[in-house]
Amino acid sequence: MSALLQISDLHVSYGQIEALKGVSLEVAKGEVVAILGSNGAGKTTLMRALSGLLKAGAGSIIYRGEELVGQRADLIVRKGIAQSPEGRRVFGTLTVEENLGLGAYTRPPSEVSGSRAEVYKMFPRLEERRLQMAGTLSGGEQQMLAIGRALMAKPTLLLLDEPSLGLAPLIVKGIFTALREIANTGVTVLLVEQNARMALKLADRGYVLEVGRMVHEDSAANLLASPEVQEAYLGKTDAH
Amino acid sequence: MSEFAQQLVNGLTVGGIYALIALGYTMVYGILKLINFAHGDLCVLGAFIGLTVITSMGGATGSPAAWVVGLAFVVAIVAISCAGALLEFAAYRPLRNAHRLSAVVSALGASMMIENGIMLIWSPQTLVFPQGILPSKSWHIAGVVITFTQLLIIVVSFVLMAALYLYVNRTRFGTAIRAAAIDQDAARLMGINVNRVIVSVFILGPALGAIGGLFIGLYYRQAVFNMGWTYGLNAFIAAIIGGIGNIPGAMLGGLLLGLFNALAAGYISSTWQQAITFGLLIAILLIRPSGILGERVAEKV
Repeated sequence: MSALLQISDLHVSYGQIEALKGVSLEVAKGEVVAILGSNGAGKTTLMRALSGLLKAGAGSIIYRGEELVGQRADLIVRKGIAQSPEGRRVFGTLTVEENLGLGAYTRPPSEVSGSRAEVYKMFPRLEERRLQMAGTLSGGEQQMLAIGRALMAKPTLLLLDEPSLGLAPLIVKGIFTALREIANTGVTVLLVEQNARMALKLADRGYVLEVGRMVHEDSAANLLASPEVQEAYLGKTDAH
Repeated sequence: MSEFAQQLVNGLTVGGIYALIALGYTMVYGILKLINFAHGDLCVLGAFIGLTVITSMGGATGSPAAWVVGLAFVVAIVAISCAGALLEFAAYRPLRNAHRLSAVVSALGASMMIENGIMLIWSPQTLVFPQGILPSKSWHIAGVVITFTQLLIIVVSFVLMAALYLYVNRTRFGTAIRAAAIDQDAARLMGINVNRVIVSVFILGPALGAIGGLFIGLYYRQAVFNMGWTYGLNAFIAAIIGGIGNIPGAMLGGLLLGLFNALAAGYISSTWQQAITFGLLIAILLIRPSGILGERVAEKV
């Protein structure tokens, strides 16, 4: 099994503070991989470094045999890595349709409307609101838009940073149903989540990140069953 | 009534010029949250370059051919666009991640450099745009006089504003410009080369500004090295009135300020013009601190 993405010993710092202290992970093509961790563990830092928004101090990110460290963010998108960032970051004063169009910025204009139709099929709410400004959407709708926008790039590898953040449980369920659908189309997914239960149900494998270091790696089923993970991320007393 | 209509024509002319210059301020602010204090001086540099082209090609004495005037505009636009891109590269890019105050100081320095450069190359004296560069034709409609120069300025500035509006709102790259103005990192995640967007804004704004600067010279028939400060300030105020960062706002603000200035000069006194301009600015900032069109939809969750 050759990895689509291989991160080795990645270090990223903000000034004096080292947020990632040698992180390694692997994602095979077609896999869904979840990274669990609490606030401040370095999950978003990892995602931003992957997309080229942050510069890694040391280590390597090999994607399809190519080094990504040091590459410009907009060029990384062109290689097939799209991200739905933490906090959604939709373009609030642009319409839903314009947001989706921007997602396909790297692709030929002739392919935009076809992809947009696919996104609308997955998230009919977005079609209803297609001429509305993205900033006026509800949190759940904005999350759908952020995911849809990332899909518009037709990515090989989809990065999702906390898609459940700040959303009601019912909405989270809907989002994860859509993610299942996306994964079933063969897109490789790397997911960062605090909602460990939802993430592990979706994922094939998982990693646990703690203050800048990977502390566990296992199949999703084993992680779900592991007492340590249960205690730290699932809540022992949870009735489920 | 015809007095009022006359002031409207005068106001639209000056307002069109203000709007063209204000667009440069607002576009740069929209993306970098930086006031490009050198913008007014770039516009004036455009006027000087245009004047040099015209006078060196036979416009000093008689009426130059129409193509000479056209060429003057083209040369001014190209030169000032390049100067704008150079300014971004030399004065602002190295300070992209520095404190915002550093960039402001850099902007002021660039402004002084251009002003003094103009003074050194041309003259510290006021240069006169010779008579007859543009046809002296004028039309009388119901007691209102509109000169060829006024008509040209009004038509060209409206056409350019419409073109810019369509470019920014209807094209892919225009949408990328708006996206980068909202959230640069999110724009990068779309595959947008944000540096290219920033350079393009430093080309588009000065290109429009060069036209505005040359219009000032042709309309008032004079140019002096430090007039960038006066006109730049007015255009900057226009951008704030409309809502800085907002492109239609700069257009609206420019036209409003031009009309307001003309009406105030016509009905109150032209010596009070600057005071009235600042009065309008204060009034607008009191009522709508974000400018007329400057309201943004909440982007935070």
